Parts: sequence; structure tokens; C-alpha cells
Amino acid sequence: MMGLETHAGFGSPPREEMESVALSDAPSDYRSAMSSSLPAIATAADGGDPLLSPPAPLSSVPSSSSSFLDPPSYADVVFSPLDGQNGAAPDRPSLCRDFSFLRSDRAAASEYARIAVSDPQKEQDVVNALVPGGGTYVTYLITSWTRAGVAEFGVRRRFRDVVTLADRLAEAYRGFFIPPRPDKNVVESQVMQKHEFVEQRRSALEKYLWKLAVHPVIGKSDELRVFLQAQGKLPLPTSTDMASRMLDGAVRLPKQLFGEGPAGYVMPQDAVQPAKGGRDLLRIFKELKQSVANDWGGAKPPVVEEDKEFVERKDKMQDLEQQLSTTSKQAEALVKAQQDIGETMGELGLAFIKLTKFESEEAVYSSQRVRAADAKHVATAAVKASRLYRELNAQTVKHLDTLHEYLGLMLAVHSAFSDRASALLTVQTLMSDLSSLHTRIEKLEVASSKIFGGDRSRMRKVEELKETIRVTEDAKCCALREYERIKENNRSELERLDRERHDDFLSMLKGFVKNQVGYAEKVANVWATVAEETSGYA
Amino acid sequence: MISPQRSPPGSSSQSPRSPSAPPFLSVTVTDPVKLGNGVQAYISYRVITKTNLPEYQGPEKIVIRRYSDFVWLHDRLAEKYRGIFIPPLPEKSAVEKFRFSAEFIEMRRQALDIFINRIASHPQLKQSEDLRTFLQEDEETMERARSQETGIFKKKPADLIQIFKDVQSKVSDVVLGKEKPVEESNPEYEKLKHYIFELEDHLAEAQRQAYRLVKRHRELGQSLSDFGKAIKLLGACEGDSLGKVFADLGSKSELLSIKLQKEAHNLLMNFEEPLKDYVRAVQSIKATMVDRANAFRQQCELAETTKLKEINLDKLMLMRSEKAMEAEIEYKELKAESEEATRRFETIVKLMSEEMVRFQEQKTADLGLAFHEFAKGQAKLANEIADAWRSLVPKLDACSPSLCS
Repeated sequence: MMGLETHAGFGSPPREEMESVALSDAPSDYRSAMSSSLPAIATAADGGDPLLSPPAPLSSVPSSSSSFLDPPSYADVVFSPLDGQNGAAPDRPSLCRDFSFLRSDRAAASEYARIAVSDPQKEQDVVNALVPGGGTYVTYLITSWTRAGVAEFGVRRRFRDVVTLADRLAEAYRGFFIPPRPDKNVVESQVMQKHEFVEQRRSALEKYLWKLAVHPVIGKSDELRVFLQAQGKLPLPTSTDMASRMLDGAVRLPKQLFGEGPAGYVMPQDAVQPAKGGRDLLRIFKELKQSVANDWGGAKPPVVEEDKEFVERKDKMQDLEQQLSTTSKQAEALVKAQQDIGETMGELGLAFIKLTKFESEEAVYSSQRVRAADAKHVATAAVKASRLYRELNAQTVKHLDTLHEYLGLMLAVHSAFSDRASALLTVQTLMSDLSSLHTRIEKLEVASSKIFGGDRSRMRKVEELKETIRVTEDAKCCALREYERIKENNRSELERLDRERHDDFLSMLKGFVKNQVGYAEKVANVWATVAEETSGYA
Repeated sequence: MISPQRSPPGSSSQSPRSPSAPPFLSVTVTDPVKLGNGVQAYISYRVITKTNLPEYQGPEKIVIRRYSDFVWLHDRLAEKYRGIFIPPLPEKSAVEKFRFSAEFIEMRRQALDIFINRIASHPQLKQSEDLRTFLQEDEETMERARSQETGIFKKKPADLIQIFKDVQSKVSDVVLGKEKPVEESNPEYEKLKHYIFELEDHLAEAQRQAYRLVKRHRELGQSLSDFGKAIKLLGACEGDSLGKVFADLGSKSELLSIKLQKEAHNLLMNFEEPLKDYVRAVQSIKATMVDRANAFRQQCELAETTKLKEINLDKLMLMRSEKAMEAEIEYKELKAESEEATRRFETIVKLMSEEMVRFQEQKTADLGLAFHEFAKGQAKLANEIADAWRSLVPKLDACSPSLCS
């Protein structure tokens, strides 16, 4: 069945067929596999889906044993078309790196063709240069190619810039499943070897930026574009530290407490943001009060998390996360076991090689020479099998990595759900504010009506309160709009997650299974030969 | 139960007493049964002898024997047939926990079966009276014989260390002026000694790795089982067709786990155990080397003493002493002993060289078979793995991408 992916927008052939393109007659070396498929695919239509015109001879469903395996991993070779597509010179340092985190059909829809992070360099921080041991940081060269203009951009960024980008995205794209950024790893940066740590971070950054780029909404964001293309200092507002935020908040608190004008209540423009730690102390107190009221079922909240479907999906997400965690752990154990058996097989081979050498050198009887020859067959086979296990494992790691990725994505899901919860809380708080304002006005009006001729001061108060109600109504509308927006983001993202997860898991299972078959067949051949050679002893 | 016999003694099952039938002697060790209680519990085995040899009591005899009975037989043979590499026994003590594990019992049974059959097919050993006692006498007679074994003929660890030191530290002994025990200066034999010691190291290493490989198989099996369970649960979170594939994959993973455990057992019995057996055989050769060294020393000492006695006798005869007659008798006795010792030593030398040829040939066959079983087992396992995973491919390919499912 032809898979018409809407966001790709092109009639791409099913992925299975595409995979068989790469599988047939491809050389076993990864690099040459890349370059051999490059020239053919570079002729594909510009800007079109490179998958539209598979140039190499199509074989049908891989049935012969060799087609399971010829390139080191079919998953790797599948994504090589991207390099040929935009004519990027294949001598970039990151060419050999693992592109299995690319999903070619989603990649095709991104504004960006590729992002590479390279060339870490130490730089001096002018401000902190006086601080002993401080003041140096690492910058990375971030090169990106856009799909549309085939333009290339290169900027230098430090990790702090990445944190800024992540924070701005988190604010601007509430409700979306924003890929989590790499950890700060404060401890590791001290403990690990410097260049090992830098390489680990470089690789993590590359993966992170690419995940942002292929996100259907965030990939088109200004924040990302500016990060990738604006030269010099990153023109995004930096996240201020807690201390200054607390300071801000402390300054505003008295104003809020003494109710100076509308500043005592939430301004409409603030209603679209969650109460930021420190700055909106009063708001935090109120929302806290509200959430407690919600819990105790006191004031009946007019807005309820009515979306039963959402609650169901939330539960499903939790279940998924649980299973992902367990499976991911077992996958790691499996990989370790495969590695161990390969290692021990290798050492067994080595032991027999030594025995062979010894017997041949010391041979007095012909029976010894025969035995030495037998041992050599076994030793060679064991060493071969050991290598095969090692290769198998390298591929297994890549395939099962999908589990780890989705586990990481669960963090993004949590964030998106909590965006929703805090938006709802804001709405509920505002609504109960309104209701208490109305009550106060009622009380004042009642009291005022008892006095003949009205009560000047009370009436003035009522006017003030009516003004406040107006402002708060506006704020409530904004908050409600924001909440609805976030709800919609949640919904569409959940759908996208389900779709992509289905495809990614299917791809993972296929890769894993085909990999296992291919290598098991090879190992079987190795041992079958030895069994044949020693059949005389049976 | 017939287990693979290393040198089939002849398998004709014609009427046992007919004079024209080729002589055969075949033994089976089978049916391990736990007897006794608590600390004194032990395993007993059924030993079934089938033969047409006249020295035996009938065409078939069944007796019950325990491990220490086998030890008795081994020690008696070692004492009487110096120069011959006595087939090795499986290890004496095991960690208490595993002494009655099914695997250990099976390994020991197999090893004892091989042991007794090697004796039964050895040209000299099979004629041993002790063998006949072992195979035919009732349990009480056996127990009596066993308790009489004083054990003074057992190899002392000191002897083994001595011969080791001979090989390794000749120079230091001379330097230190230590009284060196007399030893042969036979270059070929020296070479053989070096060969045997080094061979043991290589074999021990191979056996160690083989054992680790067995463990790795078990570990991989375990991880596949755990992985399979987890994958099934993960699949339950997914939709229909994909979820089913997850479940299938999980089941296959669990199936393979079982196959891996089986192969681990096969490896243990048919690859690791033969390697261990090889190591034991080499140790048996070392024991024979000790015998040879002792015999050589005895021969030298007696020859030395005899010569002195001769000189003394001549002196006495010249002096026409009355002690001369006594001395002559003593001298004659000593001379006979010396000749006996020389004969014993030469027998050992002769036997050893015959045994070496036999040993090398035997071991090539034994190891060849072990290699064959190893390769066969690994090939079979790999094919099972490929088949299991391959069966999932059509289901995976049938699973369509998300928009259409």
C-alpha cells in the first residue's frame, strides 16, 4: 500500500521498497555504501522527495539471505540520499556519523536539509577572566543547510546559548512536545576527560538541533532560525537567574498587596504565561489557593478538566512511559549479553590459536599435527564468530536506541501536559477572582442602599471594583484562549506522537529482526564449515 | 544408557560363550540414585558389564558402585601399572551446594562411564584383577576392599612439586648447593617433560574460556527472556497489528531463550567437559612422570649401594674374613633388588613411550569429536535463531505505516 504521508506531501514509495533499494548489491563498507548511492540519487528532482525516483535496481521483498545484511545496517544506508540531495560535499567531518536519528520522510518536510555541529574551540570569557579557573568555555561551529534556498549558514554557539534557545521555545510553544535539550551535566563535565566530554556534548547537540528541525511546528520557528543563522551574539533574551527574578518579584509584591490599581491583578498579557517563579509571587499564592480549593472541591470550579478522552490518553502515556523504561533497560541488558558472548568467543579462539601454535611447534607425532590443524579451524571460526557478534551488536544498539529516544520524549510530553494544567489553573483562578469580585460588589451595593442618599465612599469603591472586573474579564478571556490553544496543541501532538511512534517502532522492530537474521545466518555458515571439516570424528 | 564411548571395544552381540566370537568387554555406568541422609548422603550408580571373556562370571553382571569405589580402582591400578597413564577420574569434591545438582551428577556419570570404558579397552589394564573385582564383586566385598585401602601409595603433592622443581629450577639448586635428587639426563625425555607442563597450561586456559562461554550462553538466554517479556508489555500499549507483532516478537525472544539454555548445557557436556578431561589426562601423565623419577632414583640408589657392597665384599674376601659369606649373601640379595629396580625403571620407560603414542592419537580423536560437537551445536543454535527471527519478517512487512493502519 502506498503510504501517502500528508506532511511530506509527496507520493513517496513505501519505506520497505526504499529499503530494498539500498540493500541489493551494496558493498559491505559503510562509507562506500554512502558514496555509491550518492551519484545515482543526486539526480533526483530538486526540492522533491528524493525517494520519488529510486535509481538503483529494485529488488522485491528481500528473500535471499544476503539481502538482509549487505550494508552494515540497512537503517544507515536508507538515509544517505540526503547528502547527495543538496550537493553537500561528502568530505564533511560528520559524514561518517550515525544518521539513524533522521527519519527521512519527516526530514523531507523540514525547512532544513541538514545540521552539523563541529569544531569545538575553547574561548575566553572576558567578564569572568579574573575568576581563577573560570572564564573559559567551549564554542561549537553549527553549520546548517536550508532546503529551500540550498543556502549554508555557519554560526558559533556555546552551550549556554542552547539553554536559552530551549527556554525560549518552552515559553513560546506551550503544549507542544518539545524535544528535551541535552543535560547540563555539571558533574560529568568535571569528572570526564575533557575531549571525551566535549565529543559527547557535540553529538548530543547535533541530535537535539536536528530533532527541533524536523518538528513540524518548531522546525519553522523564528527562535530556531535565529539560533542557526544569526551571526554574532544570540539575539534571544536570556533566562535570568533565580536571584534576580526573586528580586523582581519582591519589588512588585508590595504593589500587588496594596492593590495599587490594576497592577493588583493579573494583566491580560501576563495571563498567557504561567506564573513565573519569583516574579509573580502574588499570582502564585492565588493560584496555589485555587488549586487547593480545587482539590478540596470547595468553590465549584466552572472549568473542569472535562476532556475524558484527554484523561484516558494521559493514562496511556503513563503506561507507555513505564513500559518504555522497562524495555529500554532490558534492551541494554541484551546488548551487554551479546557483547559478552562475542568477547568470550574471541578469547576462546585466541586460546586455541595458542594451542595450535604450541602443538605444531612441539609436534613429534603426526597425530599432533592433525590435532593442531583441527584446533586452527575451530580457532579461526571462533574469531570470525566473535567479530560477527560485535558487528551485530553495534547494529542492535542503533536499532534499539529508538526506545531510549522515545523515553526521552516522554519528558517533553510531561512538560506539554503541565503547560496545559497550569493554563487551566490560571483560568480557574481568574474565574474565582471574578466571582469574588462580584460578591464584593453585591455586598457593597446592599450596604450602600441602606443609607439614604447613597454612600459616596462605598459607591466609589464599587466603581473601582467594576473597573477591576473589566480588566479581569479581559484577562480571563486571554487565559481561556490560551488554554484552548494549548489543548489543541496537546491533541495534535498526541496524534503526531502516535503516528510517528507507530512508524518508528515498526522500523525499529524490522531493523532489529532483519539484523538478527542476517548475522545468525553468517554465524551458522561459519560453524557449519567447521562441523563439516570435523565430521570424520563423529 | 549408552554414552559416547571413546574407543569402542567391539560391539558384536553374538552368543557370548561361543569360542569363535571376538572377545569383548563393554561396561555402562548408569542410573544415578541418591542414597543415605544428610551429610552422609551419596550417589550410587549401576554398573552393567556385558562380556564374553572367560575370566568373567557370565554374559552380564550388574553391580552398584559409588564414587569412592571408582577411586579405589583408580588407585589400585596406579599402584600396579606404573608407566601406564591411568585414565583420569572426575574431580573428587564439589562445592557442597552443587554436589547433588542434576547437571553435576550427569557430568560425573558420563565421566565415570568414560573412565571405566577406557580401562576396559586398554590392552594391559583390562586384564587387571582389580577391574574384575570392581565389575563383579558384591557390594559388601567391595566395601571391605575399599576400607583396606591404606592410601600410602597415593601420590603425595610433594612428589608432584618435586618433579616440577626439577624441571624449573635446576640452576638454582646447583647454585644453592642443595643436594639435588638424581635424575635422568635424557634430552628427549626432558623435551617431553617441558611439553607436558606447557600443554597443561594451554589446555587449562582453553577449558576456562569454554566454561565462560557456557555462562555467556546462559546469560544471553536470560536477557532474551527478560527482553521478550518487556517487549510484550510494550506492545500492549500499541495498536492492533503492530501490537500483535510486538507480542510475536516477545514470544520468539522467549523461545530463543530456551534454545540458548539448551545449547549451554550441550556446550558444557560435549565441549567443556572433554577439555577438562584432557587436562586431567595430562595430570595423569605427570603422575606417571613422578613414578618414573622415583623408579630412576631407586635404581640409581640401589646400583650405588650394590656397587659399594661389591667393593666391600671384595675387601672382605681378600682379608679372608668370616663376614665374607654373610656379605656375599647380602650382596647377592642387593644385586637382585638392584636388577629388579632397573627392570622396573626400564619397564616404565618402555610403557611410557608406547603410552605417549596412544595418548596423542586418542586425544586427537577426542578433541576432534569435541570440536565437531561444538561446531554442530553452534551451527544448530545459529540456524534456530535465524529461523525464529525470520518467521517474523513477513508479519513485519505486512504491517503498514501509520496512516493506513
